[in-house]
Amino acid sequence: MLTLQSYLTLSAIIFSIGITGIIINRKNIIIVMMCTELLLISVNFNFIAFSHFLQDLSGQVFVFFILTVAAAEAAIGLAILVALYRNKKSISVSELNKLRN
Amino acid sequence: MILEYSLVVLLSPLLGGIMAAFLGKSFGKIFVNLVTIIGVSVSFILSAIIALEILESSAVINQNIYTWLNIGDQSFHIGLLIDNLTASMMVVVTFVSLMVHVYTIGYMHDDPGYHRFFSYISLFTFSMLSLVMSNNFLQLFFGWEAVGVMSYLLIGFWFTKESAIKANLKAFIVNRVGDLSLILGIGIIFSITGSLDYYDVFSGSQNIAQTELSLTSTWTVSALTAACILLFGGAMGKSAQMPLHVWLPDSMEGPTPISALIHAATMVTAGVFLLARMSPLFELSSTALSFVLIIGATTALFTGILGLLQNDIKRVVAYSTLSQLGYMVAAAGVSAYSASLFHLMTHAFFKALLFLAAGSVIVALHHEQDIRKMGGLKNKLPITYLTSLIGSLALIGFPGFSGFFSKDALIEAIGHSDIFGSGFAYASVLIGVFITALYTFRLFFKVFHGPEDDHHHDIKESPMSITLPLVLLAIPSVIIAWPTVGPMVFGSYFINAISQPDAYQIFGYEFTSAYGFLLHAFSSPVIYIALFGVATAYILYIHKPNILDNKTYESSFIYRLLDNKYYFDDLYENVFARQARNIGDLLWKVGDVKTIDNFIVNGTAYRIGNIANRIKVIQSGYIYHYALMMIIGLAIFLAWTILDLGGAS
Repeated sequence: MLTLQSYLTLSAIIFSIGITGIIINRKNIIIVMMCTELLLISVNFNFIAFSHFLQDLSGQVFVFFILTVAAAEAAIGLAILVALYRNKKSISVSELNKLRN
Repeated sequence: MILEYSLVVLLSPLLGGIMAAFLGKSFGKIFVNLVTIIGVSVSFILSAIIALEILESSAVINQNIYTWLNIGDQSFHIGLLIDNLTASMMVVVTFVSLMVHVYTIGYMHDDPGYHRFFSYISLFTFSMLSLVMSNNFLQLFFGWEAVGVMSYLLIGFWFTKESAIKANLKAFIVNRVGDLSLILGIGIIFSITGSLDYYDVFSGSQNIAQTELSLTSTWTVSALTAACILLFGGAMGKSAQMPLHVWLPDSMEGPTPISALIHAATMVTAGVFLLARMSPLFELSSTALSFVLIIGATTALFTGILGLLQNDIKRVVAYSTLSQLGYMVAAAGVSAYSASLFHLMTHAFFKALLFLAAGSVIVALHHEQDIRKMGGLKNKLPITYLTSLIGSLALIGFPGFSGFFSKDALIEAIGHSDIFGSGFAYASVLIGVFITALYTFRLFFKVFHGPEDDHHHDIKESPMSITLPLVLLAIPSVIIAWPTVGPMVFGSYFINAISQPDAYQIFGYEFTSAYGFLLHAFSSPVIYIALFGVATAYILYIHKPNILDNKTYESSFIYRLLDNKYYFDDLYENVFARQARNIGDLLWKVGDVKTIDNFIVNGTAYRIGNIANRIKVIQSGYIYHYALMMIIGLAIFLAWTILDLGGAS
């Protein structure tokens, strides 16, 4: 029997992979976006796990919202990415430090 | 009616001065002349009317006009005290001021600061009047400071000349020393009587006399003596008594009309006026009187000697002013206030005359002041010559001239006195008479007689506006004493203003008439000494001038001592001025530059900049850095909450 704990552990592992991906990654902004998706998915995983074990559907409703928002966010992120590439001819994270100065 | 007149007397020079100051530039010279001279003329005419009125009724007006301020249950007023002393001072001040106003038209006619000058002298007249007309110490102090400020501005009138700026600073700083003493004296009086009004203070003078001030646990002094000596300290500053005399010779850097008005006739006599005004207090302290006497006599003799070696025409007259002020102060020291004030009055006329005559010579010689480059001007400047002669004779006390009566009366009083120091004082003033005659006629002979000097050409007599005041001042220099000596010195003219012993007690001489006094004088040594001085001057500077040419004389110790003015300037420079500058340097370099600027102000900015420089390294601009930061922050907050570090719950 799968327990709540194994779901939460899996979710934590996915979350950690996401964060590590964001922090360590130096090459590609697309990977950053993928990692963001991972973070969202790990949160969704938590929601569904709790929803199932607590017998409360509202958690699953939240997951739908989050998926919608994540899709929109991915679309905007990709659009920014295209605009960025047009300007800089590069999508390497290590070259993007425009926030400074 | 007198009260209203007095207010007009006080305020019309102020009005003239203000108008000249603010409107003078746009309305031109004629306007400036008109407003200031009308202002002072009105003052003079009304002063004369008041003086006559007072003389007739001998009424005393003591009236508060306006409440300046209230502090607790004390109120401080602006008020007028018009008695015989005030009235005669008013006449003298406004008359000399009027003469100087007229004279200035000619003397300053092409100076770019024309309207500024007129507004200054009008404002000075106002300040001086508010000093003499006040009925309380606070207003006196206001006037005292105001004349000091005007004197400062006028000495430094030609502010592009470095020596003028140094001289006006010196005058101002030396006067500060005196003013500090004056305000301390006023403070003692106020703390005991609780009032600044003259009459309240005088009626409480016994109270002051009985109070003892303890300086240490064992050493006490009488409050009255302390107050009197401190008040006299103020007078020493303003009236340039030794050792605070150093500023007056330097003040000759100012324009000549100023030297005549401020540094001869009016402002410097404020100290003598103060002594006379405070006579009810001084009379109660014989220590203070002896102090006054000794200071006055020392000044009279030793500054006169300095005049013998000066080569600047104005400085000779300045040293003579110092010496004559010494005479007045010494006379106040032997309680002969009336003689002192009488000398003040006659001196105002003939010294203003001498200064203006010196100015006339200076103008005629195109601003040459060195008497070694003058000579034989007798025929070229006839009016100046004649009026200078009158002024000089009055100054040395030649029988019949006004200076004779006043000086003889006060020497008589000093000779008759027997308070501590009077023997020294009598000897000093007698030698002083000789010295006075010597330097006065040295100047006179060197300028007007002797071989003609060829340094200057096309010398012609000064214009009317310069010679007219000379003539108008020469008249009182000759005759003013004849009708006034009786009532003012020996009579009861000042009885409502000055507290002094009976005339016979002071002078030991029964006055009958001015003519009788003249005859009496021939039995005293004074006039013979003066004539001997003139004869010496004649021999040394006209008859056998080569006596003074040898070298041993110039290298002697006494010559060097006198040439350096007894080293007073060096003493002050090396002791007080240098220490003050050192303290200032210390405060500037350590206190201001290091502590405040570098440590507090710049230090704060530097520290913030420094910290910011270190912190800005973390602002890398890489998103993943920020993300890491967020994660770390999140971890810290989570840890905080989970481990319950905040101690909440």
